[in-house]
Amino acid sequence: MTTLADHYWAGCAAGELRYRACTACGARQTFPRAFCPACGSEAVEWRRAAGTGTVHAAAIVTRAPSDAFRPLVPYAILLVDLDEGIRMMAHGAPGLTIGQRVAVTFHLHDGRHLPRFVPL
Amino acid sequence: MAHIVGAGDTGFGRHEGRSTIDLMTAAAAAALADAGLGRGDIDGLVCGYSTTHPHLMLATVFAEHFGIDPVYAHAVQAGGATGCAMTMLAARLVDAGQCRRILVVGAENRATGQSRDSSVQTLAQVGHPDFEVPYGATIPAYYALLASRYMHVHGVTEADLAEFAVLMRRHAAACPGAHQTAPITVADVLASKPIAAPLKLLDCCPISDGGVALVVAAEGEGAHIAGMGQAHRHQHITHAADLTETGAALAAERALDEAWAGMDDIDYLAIYDSFTITLTMLLEEIGFAPRGGAAAMARDGAFGPGGALPLNTHGGLLAFGHCGVGGGMAHIAEAYRQLAGKAGARQLPGRTTAFVHGDGGVMSSHVSLVLRAD
Repeated sequence: MTTLADHYWAGCAAGELRYRACTACGARQTFPRAFCPACGSEAVEWRRAAGTGTVHAAAIVTRAPSDAFRPLVPYAILLVDLDEGIRMMAHGAPGLTIGQRVAVTFHLHDGRHLPRFVPL
Repeated sequence: MAHIVGAGDTGFGRHEGRSTIDLMTAAAAAALADAGLGRGDIDGLVCGYSTTHPHLMLATVFAEHFGIDPVYAHAVQAGGATGCAMTMLAARLVDAGQCRRILVVGAENRATGQSRDSSVQTLAQVGHPDFEVPYGATIPAYYALLASRYMHVHGVTEADLAEFAVLMRRHAAACPGAHQTAPITVADVLASKPIAAPLKLLDCCPISDGGVALVVAAEGEGAHIAGMGQAHRHQHITHAADLTETGAALAAERALDEAWAGMDDIDYLAIYDSFTITLTMLLEEIGFAPRGGAAAMARDGAFGPGGALPLNTHGGLLAFGHCGVGGGMAHIAEAYRQLAGKAGARQLPGRTTAFVHGDGGVMSSHVSLVLRAD
């Protein structure tokens, strides 16, 4: 079975950021669901984000949680506000600051094409 | 009206060879001794969870082991807010007439019962499994994101955050059983190794073994639980609508309203402090300090034993230590001791009203309590 998360990550592998939006009330989803948590409608569709946004928060991880991430340290984890009005977690290029305009790229790590934002 | 009539703890640190159940047992026995009660006096049990002893029925396991026969028992899970949530539940159960004397227990061998990687990975699972954890996020990373935003919006500096690590160490040095008691300076905190910038090692609480237990009863002397409130506005930091209005103030308002108390009535603070940013944000969002102003109050001594709002006089999670559920219960135990005149050499004069706050997840689950001296 293909889950919503699988579809999201397949999008990343294809170089696109996907998100879910409700066609009944217009609400856009932070995490993809089969229904709209704002109005309860099941009329929810996939859309493609432009891939641009603004840095909302930024952390630099030096203590990795596992061997899979130790080769990456130090790595930046961001919260990015996409121009479509959705917030997402992602990796970031070094030195990004809050408020900076950014664009998405993808890097393959541990079997996933992780979104990684760079200066726009 | 429910009262806290006893508290016990094991001391925090490394308890080699002692299991979750061993530590729960020691804490529970100490709480019963403090309350002057025996096992047969207890008719309710509320316990927390343990990452080193995951079990579907931890309360029943503990009841059997410890030798009690409660009419009501189960475990509670609300991350770092569990201690406050358990105490709130026990108070409601007493107020409803379900039980007369409830044992509330949280303990874990979090330091010696697993590897550090295992602990870090288990705790990171409060993040989203598909959209947060795959980025190599950790609990310090989630709180570092909060810190970065909070510092940006409210002008808080790394040196400001460090004040709270220094303060908690100073308090822990005066408290028997504390995990980390060596004095530190702001410069030490700033020079400590980076974990998840802007947070450094000394901005983070240690991982400890330990346990704490309370007795909540319908009658008795100690402190009564005058107000209780909760707020749960998000689980994942990515989903939080506003990183500076997390729900802490809502929970606090609900607890203060129930107690018919205002902020001015509070003369002791017991605030969750998993990281220096946690303490800063909670003090400022709830309103005990102005936005961006908590560190200045700390520098002025407001949160010390001689200040207007003594804070975590046991040393908090940052220095007394963090063993999981018991870590958040230690704040309640200390507030009870200060109100009941049982704080020994740390005893503050004339405390009447304590405000207690627990935060679970990433500012996700908030539980506030107002305690009054009997």
